[in-house]
Amino acid sequence: MLEESTIQRVLAAAASRGADFAEIFAEEKRSSSALLDDGRIEELTSGRDRGAGIRVVVGESTGFAHTSDLSEAGLIAAAETAASAARGSGTGTTIVDLDRVNAPRPNLVRIMPGDVPKAKKVELLLMANEMARAEGAAITQVSARYADSHRRILVANTDGTLGTDEQVKTLFSISAVASGDTGMQTGRESIGRSVGFELFDTYEVGDLARTAAQRAITKLAARPAPSGEMTVVIGPGGGGVMFHEACGHGLEADLVGKGASVFAGRLGEQVASSLVTLVDDGTMGGEWGCFAIDDEGRPAQRNVLIQDGILVDYMWDGLRARAEGRASSGNGRRQSYQHLPMVRMTNTYLLGGTSTPDQILSDTESGVYISHLGGGQVNTATGDFVFGMTEAYLIEDGRITEPLREGNLIGNGPGVLTSIDAVGNDFAMGGPGTCGKDGQGVPVGDGVPTLRVASGLTIGGTAA
Amino acid sequence: MNPEELQQIADRIVSMAEPGEQIEAVVAWSRDTEVRAFEGEVEHFVSADSAGVGIRMISQGKQGLSWAGVLDDAALKECLAEARDNASFGSEDPNAGLAEPDGVEPEELSLFDERLVHADTEEKIRLAIELEAQVRAGDPRIFGIESADYADSVMATALASTTGIRRSSAETSVYLGVYALAGDEEDTTTGFGFSVGRALQDLDLAFAAQEAVQRCVRLLGATKAPSERLTVVLHPYVTSQFLSLIAEMLSGESVIRGRSPFAGRVGEEIAAPSLTMFDDATDPLSPTASDTDGEGLACRRVPLIDAGVLSGYMHNAYTARVAGTNSTGSAQRGSHRAAPGVGPHVIKLMPGDLSAEEIISQVGDGFLVHDIAGLHSGVNPVSGDLSVGADGVRIRGGELAEGIREVTIGSTLQRMLGDVVAIGSDLTYFPWESTGLTLAIADVTMSGQ
Repeated sequence: MLEESTIQRVLAAAASRGADFAEIFAEEKRSSSALLDDGRIEELTSGRDRGAGIRVVVGESTGFAHTSDLSEAGLIAAAETAASAARGSGTGTTIVDLDRVNAPRPNLVRIMPGDVPKAKKVELLLMANEMARAEGAAITQVSARYADSHRRILVANTDGTLGTDEQVKTLFSISAVASGDTGMQTGRESIGRSVGFELFDTYEVGDLARTAAQRAITKLAARPAPSGEMTVVIGPGGGGVMFHEACGHGLEADLVGKGASVFAGRLGEQVASSLVTLVDDGTMGGEWGCFAIDDEGRPAQRNVLIQDGILVDYMWDGLRARAEGRASSGNGRRQSYQHLPMVRMTNTYLLGGTSTPDQILSDTESGVYISHLGGGQVNTATGDFVFGMTEAYLIEDGRITEPLREGNLIGNGPGVLTSIDAVGNDFAMGGPGTCGKDGQGVPVGDGVPTLRVASGLTIGGTAA
Repeated sequence: MNPEELQQIADRIVSMAEPGEQIEAVVAWSRDTEVRAFEGEVEHFVSADSAGVGIRMISQGKQGLSWAGVLDDAALKECLAEARDNASFGSEDPNAGLAEPDGVEPEELSLFDERLVHADTEEKIRLAIELEAQVRAGDPRIFGIESADYADSVMATALASTTGIRRSSAETSVYLGVYALAGDEEDTTTGFGFSVGRALQDLDLAFAAQEAVQRCVRLLGATKAPSERLTVVLHPYVTSQFLSLIAEMLSGESVIRGRSPFAGRVGEEIAAPSLTMFDDATDPLSPTASDTDGEGLACRRVPLIDAGVLSGYMHNAYTARVAGTNSTGSAQRGSHRAAPGVGPHVIKLMPGDLSAEEIISQVGDGFLVHDIAGLHSGVNPVSGDLSVGADGVRIRGGELAEGIREVTIGSTLQRMLGDVVAIGSDLTYFPWESTGLTLAIADVTMSGQ
């Protein structure tokens, strides 16, 4: 994307007023999407962004500027803006030698989405529409979306890092509305991976369509969810977002550093049931949150955060790691060249245990079984979280019985972690997610086996 | 870049239309500054310009879009070619088409404050640092600051279309916002406060700081409560979030797609007779007011609920055509990257006569809701089912009693609209598309222990 000598001159300009650290992050991203609604291909959209963000760190202060002008003059102008924003008061440093980062690519892309005829993408949508509607006359509306992106990044900094990465993602999602005497209900399903169009060799859009349609139809017969604190069993794959929200965010070093995390100052302590081992892993091949290098040029890592219930480490970006005199854990990510990097999760998951899912269920007298959780949010300072149950059932006498209508689930991260009393052997990854933090969205993955939370979760239903 | 320069680019793109093609071009530019303070120093200072173009092409009833984050000639040409190619893969839709001029003149709103353009950088930094300092000094129980930010933006946009719409405008905005932490060994709470305007002079720093401190300390010692059915009193901030959701269900987009529980119900009673709701898009006091919508048509007042009776929906050109009516100037465009959707600018409830205190005393026994969480995960806009996390204060004997946290409140939006028992006089503006006021709703399920 940029010549090495240009990079060196831009870094020199960024550090010209004195800097502890300067960095250039260049990005070129192409994306395309197609949308089906009401039986029609509503539109195809393609987009293209390119530019560079320049960061200058002086002491505790960071200056940042970005530009869509990738010429040397444009980059140097941005570097000077960033340097003046950082308010350095020294003089220039020497030009650094750059060492190329060698990081293994976590995935191989076989079919570049850009090489696939648009007609083929449209065909997938039309097929999904037909398949969903074929599930029954109750299906009254279907919308579906295909999207792909191809992102090339280059990161270089005054520590001598020079890294590049190419990140390709493909996604398909479908939403079906079922109508009946009880009103309308929605069912959704999506698949997204950091791969190319070969995604559809592994996943049939017809299966996704059927799943979404069945979810909507099932919910037509659903009864209002009960209210109050109860035992909750979470199904494989569908509940990873709970660990992302309930503990992942609280383990981000920037929040910990500001005291805005319930997990601050608790390294080495038992923070969860001994059945809990929590991992954040940017190297997971093909998963939605994987990459070769993070957006600070650091190779992706597999980081164990909680081991057998003991808090082992937080997640780190370059800035926070630098202040602590340690290495980044490869969690420095940003939405685009227009954003500053910060500590972000990648693929966050709970390791599988030894119980079979049947054992866990039959051992549960009464409660709620959640096979699919929707979006959620957490207050990292208090650990209080909330998220939606998009597919849930009653558990009665150790068996899954009636479907429940949508509702929210609330709880407290540390409380839930200590209340996990069964972990299944059926680990599965969940759907693709977008994690929002401080106004920036980045792709993340999550996963869980079947697990049971004995207490501490409140179902917010509408039943009396 | 100024609006005229952007307009020239938009015009140039539109002039490249081939026979039979409809083209709409949106060109946007902004210059943004952001300062975050921490422990009396600048944590980061961001300064940047960004620009982008979005092209919508309709040809033979098929629609295609393309956008680019660069404005050089090569990028514009590629963007246009992509939009043209994309259009060839759309499904034919007899209703597809751009907005047509409708003769409604946009109101003159002063959304651009020249003073921001000349504002001193040091003053912006001082505001962020001072905000942090005031919050820290606001109460001894404040122990940390997650973020204390100053941000501003100078924006310009231009739109042109082959149907003869040409519109450009400029706007400024400033924001001060803080997230604070309070507590002791036992308990931690968080709170935010903010102030917005069009120039530095509009900002009320002390107000933003006080709000954050108040929100933090009022929840200290709050606990989970037993489940019960009761009357909830929504703080204006909470009401505004509910109104946003109801507005989503009254958008022509949800209605024509059969995704709204209010579809086909114009003329029916859908809310308590005390309730009148409308989009007051050109209210100059609102930070989200606008003179024109995302398709370049004049913004106007859109009646939605009149004394409890559904009076209509919001429409853009497309949804209006499908519904056999006219656009209400409600096309909303998130950015140059997006096709115009439908949404409100300044949703309002007609205020009532009672102050918040009077409503609390009138309700007697209930739950004053200060904040809600998980609104988007907890509401199904199709069915209207709703359950959200909530915190606030229990009302007993018409007085504020103990703090409550980690509970949910649940109902359906339809039922809640019908069960409105009191509407406050305290109309409050927010930096998003809905205003708020104190609102009391009977018979809501609170789930706790």
